[in-house]
Amino acid sequence: MNDSTHWLLGRLDASALPFWDALQHPTTKSVVNAVIASGAASLVIIGALVVVFGLTWLRRWGWLWREWLTSPDHKKIGIMFIALALVMLARAVIEAVFMRLQQALGLDGGFLTADHFGQLFTTHGTIMVFFMAMPFLTGIINYVMPLQIGTRDLSFPVMNQISLGLTAAGAALVMISLVLAPFSTGGWTGYPSFTERAANPGAGVDYWIWAVTLSTLSSTLSGINFAVTIYKRRAPGMRWMRLPLFTWTALCTAILMVFAMPPLTVATALLALDRYLDFHLFTADLGGNMMNYINLFWAFGHPEVYILILPAFGIFSEVFSTFAGKTLYGYTALVIATLAIAVLSFTVWLHHFFTMGQSAHINAIFGIATMLIGIPTGVKIYDWMLTLFRGRIRLSVPMIYASGFIMLFVLGGLTGIVLAVPSVDYQVHNTLFLVAHFHNMLIPGLLFGMLAGTNFWFPKAFGFRLEERWGRRAAYAWIVGFMLAFFPLYALGVLGMPRRTVAFFTPAYLPWTLTAMVGAVIILLAMTCLLVQLWVSVRDRHLNAVPIGDPWDGRSLEWAVSSPPPEYNFPVIPEIHGRDAFMLEKERGKAYQVPDEYPDIVLPANSAMGVIVAVTGTAIAFGLTWYQWWLVLLAAGITLAAVITRGFCRDTTRTLPGEEVRRTHLNWLAQVRATVPIDRSQEQSCANRGLPLPPVEGAIQ
Amino acid sequence: MIQVPGCRPPWWRLPRLPAWSVLPLLAGCGDAHLSFLDPQGPIAAAQRQHFWWVIVITLTVVLPVLVLTPLILWRYRYGGHARYRPHWAFSKLADLAIWGIPLVVVAVLGSLTWRSTLALDPYRPLPSDQPPLEVEVVGFDWKWLFIYPEQGIATLDELVIPAGRPISLRLTSASVMQGFFVPALGSQIDVMNRMVTRLHLEADAPGVFPGRNMQYSGREFYRQRFVTRALSADDFAAFTTRAHAQGRAFTPEVLDRLMAQNTHAALARALGGHTEDSHADDGATGDTSGVSDEHTVPATLGALDRAPLHFTRLPSDLFAAIVAHRAPDWDHAIAPRPANPPLSADATPGATP
Repeated sequence: MNDSTHWLLGRLDASALPFWDALQHPTTKSVVNAVIASGAASLVIIGALVVVFGLTWLRRWGWLWREWLTSPDHKKIGIMFIALALVMLARAVIEAVFMRLQQALGLDGGFLTADHFGQLFTTHGTIMVFFMAMPFLTGIINYVMPLQIGTRDLSFPVMNQISLGLTAAGAALVMISLVLAPFSTGGWTGYPSFTERAANPGAGVDYWIWAVTLSTLSSTLSGINFAVTIYKRRAPGMRWMRLPLFTWTALCTAILMVFAMPPLTVATALLALDRYLDFHLFTADLGGNMMNYINLFWAFGHPEVYILILPAFGIFSEVFSTFAGKTLYGYTALVIATLAIAVLSFTVWLHHFFTMGQSAHINAIFGIATMLIGIPTGVKIYDWMLTLFRGRIRLSVPMIYASGFIMLFVLGGLTGIVLAVPSVDYQVHNTLFLVAHFHNMLIPGLLFGMLAGTNFWFPKAFGFRLEERWGRRAAYAWIVGFMLAFFPLYALGVLGMPRRTVAFFTPAYLPWTLTAMVGAVIILLAMTCLLVQLWVSVRDRHLNAVPIGDPWDGRSLEWAVSSPPPEYNFPVIPEIHGRDAFMLEKERGKAYQVPDEYPDIVLPANSAMGVIVAVTGTAIAFGLTWYQWWLVLLAAGITLAAVITRGFCRDTTRTLPGEEVRRTHLNWLAQVRATVPIDRSQEQSCANRGLPLPPVEGAIQ
Repeated sequence: MIQVPGCRPPWWRLPRLPAWSVLPLLAGCGDAHLSFLDPQGPIAAAQRQHFWWVIVITLTVVLPVLVLTPLILWRYRYGGHARYRPHWAFSKLADLAIWGIPLVVVAVLGSLTWRSTLALDPYRPLPSDQPPLEVEVVGFDWKWLFIYPEQGIATLDELVIPAGRPISLRLTSASVMQGFFVPALGSQIDVMNRMVTRLHLEADAPGVFPGRNMQYSGREFYRQRFVTRALSADDFAAFTTRAHAQGRAFTPEVLDRLMAQNTHAALARALGGHTEDSHADDGATGDTSGVSDEHTVPATLGALDRAPLHFTRLPSDLFAAIVAHRAPDWDHAIAPRPANPPLSADATPGATP
């Protein structure tokens, strides 16, 4: 490194390569770790090259640009969010398997270095929360919510693109950190003073700061977009108490995003001020106090838990009532419970640090506040059970996830109550008991919800059902794998094994870490089943096609349109007459009607803003991480120029002639008339073209 | 009524579980006392009780879900013959139950939480007819220093305490945030740079209990462990005498070495002496050697049985100086004091002394 390259590369040099350390100090352990890290890095590079060459070979660049990257369509943005989430899920699951393997071999050593292990648990947590869960739920809300409330798009389509761009930039940064290492070892919570420059001067923490900052900005914008859309763009007659429950949870999540994401953006920004400009906000000396960071972090962190879980609650509500063929039990109670959870989620953040030395009275109050959340959550669980009660339950894939969820989630709730009692928390805090608890909430809660949602709405989005057999295998493997991987961690936690420990010296831990390893392998199998399911489904897409669009005898508006839906969603904005809007139409024999007229439709025009923000966001964050100031200035300049230019752009919409809409719609209606409706016993057969028999009260379907 | 350590157990106290009941959990632990399910002091014993009580009470709402969900899934399966009521969506009685029962359960849990939290407040001195032993704890990267201001000695990675007598700990970190934890004795507490937190523990009987840092603090975090040895009063007196006689002087060099990032073994090497067990930290189970002739450490504690480092002639303001980020007063070593001085004033967390 000399002065001539320093202005260009900043502090980036050859030591950032994942095998550099092994070249300098070749020991068995460092070589093994270098091989693993370099393997991961080359996977990133090879993956990127395959995509680039594939697109060039198939001459698909233009198509990708026009149809996807610059599309303001909420459905396409939603699908891109989910695709991103699945890629990141794959990486984070592989990391989890490595961690489990390390701890299975970790008695007195193992094969990973402590730093490598630190990066694994930090990236695993950061990815799972910010680049798997958040894009996954944002994608599903993006796709489903406008269809459910009967509108054509979100209120701010370009802002939606920018949300995607920012999340993609953050995810890109985390992927780049595999090639130009290291990432932070400070955990997904990034507590100072460990993450201050004094303790960790390297680029790792900066990678983490900017990746998380990009993600939180993205989610704040998404939250605003969703909330405004639900407030302002509901179809006529879609009153509050007629909203599908998923939309209710989407609204509460959106509000939580608006209020809970900024504290983290602020916390990471202040930490950046400490690291870059020598502020002393969270340092030990010169008046700083790291407890302020911890409070800010959890002011975000606890509502975040409900941001993650509420959309899944919404999905399960839809799944339970659809696959039980029954009205949701206690709609009003479920709405009240959702709102109560959203409000209470802001009042419990302190339970993440009962051990920090505050007075017992404060701990007790926050412990009790935490338990209060158990009430509305318990009500929800029982409402779902009563929804199943007196139903006709088809145990299809989303329903398997939902049933697994309901039984595993209450166990997580049980351990959550254990953790909420401060006197007991003093014993299990920071142990693997805690790790087991939040995975017990987030895997059955969030991930099963997302996977149930994917299986549920996939035919809506792509026009064909996902293959059922491999879907079931994946679902059961997830459930079994989860139990084997995480129940042992409860035992380990009670035995005092700390989280984030690369190795241990207590032989009593070994049987449990080995069992957890088996669970991790089964989860890996579940991931493989998901891949096979996707592959088989795409292969058999013509057999499983559901062009009419209602394969599950659905209840809300999204099932009223073709699969996949036209880009304008509804040829004519429907009028809503009650809850379960589409089921009501079917019951009254008013589904699939020809409207009186087809007005012209105004849609948002394509825009490159999302792509620009993704590229410049990545560049700014990368430049900041490695001190390449020219790159930061250049990318920031481009962003500013793009935003200003966009402000002068007047061609922001395009109009679709009503005649074209009429032709498409009548074609589809003709197809509806020509299709043989099926009863539920044929749901999983190729006779299911997406047209159910009209419902008859009391009939055994 | 929550069991306050030292008081008579209340009527609802769980029967003392036979040893075999935790056997599956503790298989192979021997007498290592890893967990609060195998409590060795009044705090941990109370925590074990709360743990089981919370689980039992919460199960009243959890068990019905676990039992009824599979039953409902089966009884109302597609193709079954149970009653199908697609529009049934509300029942006053059911709603009363599903709101009311959790409410009652949370009310019960809430009152249990309130009382147990106040009773087991780590800042609350333990009731005892003996004055507590004062110990000051400093978390370094990646080892623990225990200062005995009354005795004028300090130990590294070995907390030696008299059994049956309360221990009053004042804790800080000379590095990043750490978590001090002896599961068999009681609560964990965070230790933070420039701040002092407090903790009160007590061991019922002589024994050896593992302790460690719970908050990730970098490369050698997983090695930052210590042993807690509870001794009889006589043995404890003998220990302090011996530490005085055999301990090394706490010099500025020692403090510098402590402040550096290293493990116990590396530090022992750097200070010279005790090198015979220096690879104990590298995973091998070394022999207990040197000055330690107290309780033999169970082999299951693994690499914990390394030779302890004892210090004497400590600066009298060592702990306060570390908290305040200043140099200690090297000219005034602590003179061994005879009896037990009264409790010092409570320090609040976050306050810089």
